[in-house]
Amino acid sequence: MARRPEHMAPPEIFYNEDEAQKYSNNTRIIEIQCEMAERAIELLALPEDEPCFILDIGCGSGLSGESLEEAGHSWIGIDISKAMLDIAVEREVEGSLILGDMGQGMPFKPGTFDGAISISALQWLCNADKTTHHPQKRLYTFFCTLFSCLTRTARAVFQFYPENPEQIELVTTQAMKAGFYGGLVVDYPNSTKAKKYFLVLMTGGVAQLPQALGDDAEERRIAFTKKREMIKAARGKPLKKSRDWILQKKERRRRQGLETRKDTKYTGRKRSGRF
Amino acid sequence: MKLITYNFLTSKCIRGVKVGYPLKLKIVQKEVVQTDFNPEFITRLLPRLDYPTVHMAAELVDCAEGVPKELGENYAADQDLLQKLHHILLEIDIIEGQLECPETGRIFPITQGIPNMLLNEDEV
Repeated sequence: MARRPEHMAPPEIFYNEDEAQKYSNNTRIIEIQCEMAERAIELLALPEDEPCFILDIGCGSGLSGESLEEAGHSWIGIDISKAMLDIAVEREVEGSLILGDMGQGMPFKPGTFDGAISISALQWLCNADKTTHHPQKRLYTFFCTLFSCLTRTARAVFQFYPENPEQIELVTTQAMKAGFYGGLVVDYPNSTKAKKYFLVLMTGGVAQLPQALGDDAEERRIAFTKKREMIKAARGKPLKKSRDWILQKKERRRRQGLETRKDTKYTGRKRSGRF
Repeated sequence: MKLITYNFLTSKCIRGVKVGYPLKLKIVQKEVVQTDFNPEFITRLLPRLDYPTVHMAAELVDCAEGVPKELGENYAADQDLLQKLHHILLEIDIIEGQLECPETGRIFPITQGIPNMLLNEDEV
């Protein structure tokens, strides 16, 4: 399994000029980022046809911001990597950019944003990169300050790559402690590759979580199979005197080069009562 | 950094700072960029902005002419005012300068249009 980037170096060092270049050149990375951003915006459930003001946490080179622009919203992006922000400036994104550490809190006035999105950033907070870092405390500071800078009908959607169930637990606990409602939406839970975790947080009281993609209740149920067929399949041989059994016998005779009548709709059919 | 962002920024993340608003803005270099005027967006945003700070920023960039000190009741109908506010908030980009915390005097530098809000570990 590939090493996780957050194990290699702190984000401000990992996302150096080389790594940042990938986010402006590599079409595969760009495609994945845009796809996830679009899904995150969908999960935000913003009012239609209204230009909103969105916070993009860990905006990087502004790929997710571009998706926001396409949806007609204005945004402010915050990121810890200077190299990534430089790329964003180069790409002439419309949003404002701020250099900041999410673990130190969001430096905004209360009630500023209609929503917040974050693509592949939250897992960085779960690591202690410096001796003074305390993941739990940093997550709590982050969620607390984020809660205050959102309006009371806003949502915050985080796409992230949790390393293990404990990390999910850690993140959600701190978010609930900060006053958020909501939970995890897992898209394509049965696929290893397409599986995506979205933490959907709401400020305005309990509401139903959005439906995950590729997770129909129908699909999860095991299809009903006839007991007879199951036994048949298990034995590997068709039931004696059945049409299948006859067809198999005829097939074997043909393979042996013996004279065999061809298969028709009358093969294996019961005689009528006249005989 | 656009002045709209300036209006939202605080320094309350520093330990011991209660309000941290408004930050003192010092401009070394600024730029004027053209953006599309969207009156609906400005009207929706205005109640969320701190208007005295908008006015203060307008004076700082010499665009305060015709911008009232206090926002009237029916600003949504005043297209001229909205146009002016649009120019101040969304078209003036501060390239170099600094922000200063009103309580601790901590300086946040602005370089290449990006304010650096990173804190040292002992300040959190």
